[in-house]
Amino acid sequence: MEIAQVIGLAIIVTVIGAVLKQIKPEMALQLSILAGVAIFLLVMDKIRLVVELLQKLADQANVSSYYLFIVLKIVGVAYLAEFGCQICKDAGENALAVKVELAAKIFVVILAIPIIVAIMESMMKLLA
Amino acid sequence: MSFDLILRVAGIGLLVGIFAIILSEAGKKEQAQMVTIAGVVVVLYMVVQGISDLFVLVKSVFKLY
Repeated sequence: MEIAQVIGLAIIVTVIGAVLKQIKPEMALQLSILAGVAIFLLVMDKIRLVVELLQKLADQANVSSYYLFIVLKIVGVAYLAEFGCQICKDAGENALAVKVELAAKIFVVILAIPIIVAIMESMMKLLA
Repeated sequence: MSFDLILRVAGIGLLVGIFAIILSEAGKKEQAQMVTIAGVVVVLYMVVQGISDLFVLVKSVFKLY
């Protein structure tokens, strides 16, 4: 029951943060960042299992692991960007959050280029 | 790492807040500011370490090199 752990942590941090926000708002922000990191770390171990399973399935289905790794990288970039973006939004820096999202989108497109090229090539092959 | 680090940060935050209030009540505004800044720096150090842990883990899980 690790979900109970996560919920308990979130509730405790919320309560302490509400107190801390009145005396030191900057500390409250850092506390919430750290809580987010802790929850992400807890979840990451589970995600590793899922990724390993996906890799195994891809191997069995004879999908090139090259494309799987690209998709994984995109998921990772999106994940980290979401994390940073939410922290910026929490601190009231909405403009910065939007810029982080923009940068993440551009990096995702750059990572996706090999897949797009491969799709184009196979389409060309079908049409020719 | 997770839980005691968070409690440590919460404790530092509360202590720094209380010290800053006491110092500013005692008419030592500058020292109160110093305490606040020192607390923020110490906590930021811990937060940065945590974030770096997270990034290393994410990189290894999603094979982002």
